[in-house]
Amino acid sequence: MKQPILEIKDLAVSFDTYAGEVQAVRGVSFSLQPGETLAIVGESGCGKSVSMQTIMGLLPSPPSRIKSGEILYQGEDLVKKTDKEMEAYRGKEFSMVFQDSMTSLNPTMRVGRQICEGIIKHQHVSREEAKKIAIEMLRKVGLPNPEKCYRRYPHTMSGGMRQRVMIAMALSCHPKILFADEPTTALDVTMQAQILDLMNDLKNNTGTAIVLVTHDLGVVAQMADRISVMYAGKIVESGTADQIFYNPRHPYTWGLLGSMPSVAQSSKNAKSELMSIPGSPPDLFAPPKGCAFAARCPYAMTACQKVDADTFQADDGHMVRCWLMDSRAPAVTPPVGRHAAGQTGKEEN
Amino acid sequence: MAESNLTQAPLLQVDNLKKYFPAGKNQILKAVDGVSFSIARGETLGLVGESGCGKTTVGRTILRLYEPDGGTVQFDGEDISHLSGKAWKQMTRRMQMVFQDPYASLNPFFTVGEIIEEGLVIHKLYPNKAERKERVYQLLEMVGLNKEHANRFPHEFSGGQRQRVGIARALALDPDFLICDEAISALDVSIQAQVVNMLMRFQREMNLTYLFITHDLSMVRHIADHTAVMYLGKMVEYGITSELYSHPAHPYTVGLLSAVPVPDPEYCRTHKPAHLQGEVPSPINPKPGCRFCDRCPRATERCRQEEPAFTEVSPGHYAACHNL
Repeated sequence: MKQPILEIKDLAVSFDTYAGEVQAVRGVSFSLQPGETLAIVGESGCGKSVSMQTIMGLLPSPPSRIKSGEILYQGEDLVKKTDKEMEAYRGKEFSMVFQDSMTSLNPTMRVGRQICEGIIKHQHVSREEAKKIAIEMLRKVGLPNPEKCYRRYPHTMSGGMRQRVMIAMALSCHPKILFADEPTTALDVTMQAQILDLMNDLKNNTGTAIVLVTHDLGVVAQMADRISVMYAGKIVESGTADQIFYNPRHPYTWGLLGSMPSVAQSSKNAKSELMSIPGSPPDLFAPPKGCAFAARCPYAMTACQKVDADTFQADDGHMVRCWLMDSRAPAVTPPVGRHAAGQTGKEEN
Repeated sequence: MAESNLTQAPLLQVDNLKKYFPAGKNQILKAVDGVSFSIARGETLGLVGESGCGKTTVGRTILRLYEPDGGTVQFDGEDISHLSGKAWKQMTRRMQMVFQDPYASLNPFFTVGEIIEEGLVIHKLYPNKAERKERVYQLLEMVGLNKEHANRFPHEFSGGQRQRVGIARALALDPDFLICDEAISALDVSIQAQVVNMLMRFQREMNLTYLFITHDLSMVRHIADHTAVMYLGKMVEYGITSELYSHPAHPYTVGLLSAVPVPDPEYCRTHKPAHLQGEVPSPINPKPGCRFCDRCPRATERCRQEEPAFTEVSPGHYAACHNL
């Protein structure tokens, strides 16, 4: 295995609020190899965006606070860096594409100037040269008439065009890692498909590693090499895309996979009940003592309520945080995946 | 399903519905431009399309939240587009709507109990206050909340719970017909599944008829009997859901379906469909001819001149395209 470009070790982030401490991220570890796409999947409030923003150094402190953990970027611990030092990394070594392109672009600046800002700062070039690079980037992301786009304001562009501008901006200084936080959630499916194609093309051409944060498992299947599933501030399962989709081991992953209908599903499944996860995620002001998913888990045992699960290795590189993996636990047949009971073959579309 | 359409008069029949909005100097935004469909009692019609295609406007115009600029809406055999006063009020009891945004569609100054009760008060359904309370509790329990929730305010609830309140409000008057306008789009996947299962259960138990407006094509495949695809104010394809998904006829439907990400890594590695390029053009003063022709891979000169009419591709399956 190659040396990972980014390694997160036991990261915990809390927010201090008037109502108390919100434990948004409670011990997250993962690593990222150069050039790969890692998807972080989970529902709203599971801490996936907070983890990303902490790595980028974007969360103001207070109210946020890194309680423990290390963020190793090429061996250097970013937790110890000051804001000033982080500026040299942001935009150059890694950059971010946000979900909402309307609020994350400056409405008072033409998009060209916004792209140039980072180029001038990190590549130490003149404004004219930066403009050339910016226009080249706009062309690369597939915007028609890039010279004209350079002079436009964000509000005159559609959501898909703005998202392309964001990607152009993020990739303008050839970062080694691109963090994409729900990059296509606000877009229509046809535009989403175009943006995902674009991100895949750019990744293949530049070798940039991508950390993709999303709740859409369809997007994940299309993009990810590896997947981490997050729940209530912890990673509950991680593995390659095939391991997670075809051999999921955590009940939460089963629930996620089961609760979405598929366009390619066979017609006899239509009109049947979707598998749903009862209840809602726990309150992170006071996370439960045991496994956070125990209250919603149909397979929960007494141990689950009391002690949080250890991490077990299911397969090479496939980690699961669940007591069902323990040798003393009863055997459970997963309701989804290749080994599921009654699994029908895929229908060609 | 096709036979039931023939033997039974549809509950809702929409003919050539039009809604135009003024868009500045002599400009007209044709949000809905001649849409026709019908829904049989107890069935679900899924209305899909990209944002800006006019699907929400269709729903709102049926309920006359927007006054239609043309066409008729027949509900249970009666033309409702010109009803007013008492007759219209009686009709609204039978048609209800669940809105997209569970944060904006509940009045923050009302408790959940008052929100659900409002329709009952307006229609004087339960003049006895205690009975009315009982009905509110019953509705809350139906949607998976409990009666303690009646005294709380909307901000105390999560998105999924608020959407349940919205559904309880819509069901309070015992309607026949429910328009769900992106009712589940703002929710997380696992919560979406809960709400969809609940809606399907209510349909079975109360023989409800749904118009399910959404951009989520996989969800429509799951719950709809018939599916209608809209593009720029026009309906481009209509058919039985399974038939439309397995044999899409219109090039726009083909493009739309191929763009839906399939949650299967192996499928993604082997299938690399060519995606639709470009964006939805502006609906203001549209050009003559087929509205999809600028993005259409099959477009010919005829498509630019002449607007295609709805033709039957296979029994019960219609598409508006010259090159079928």
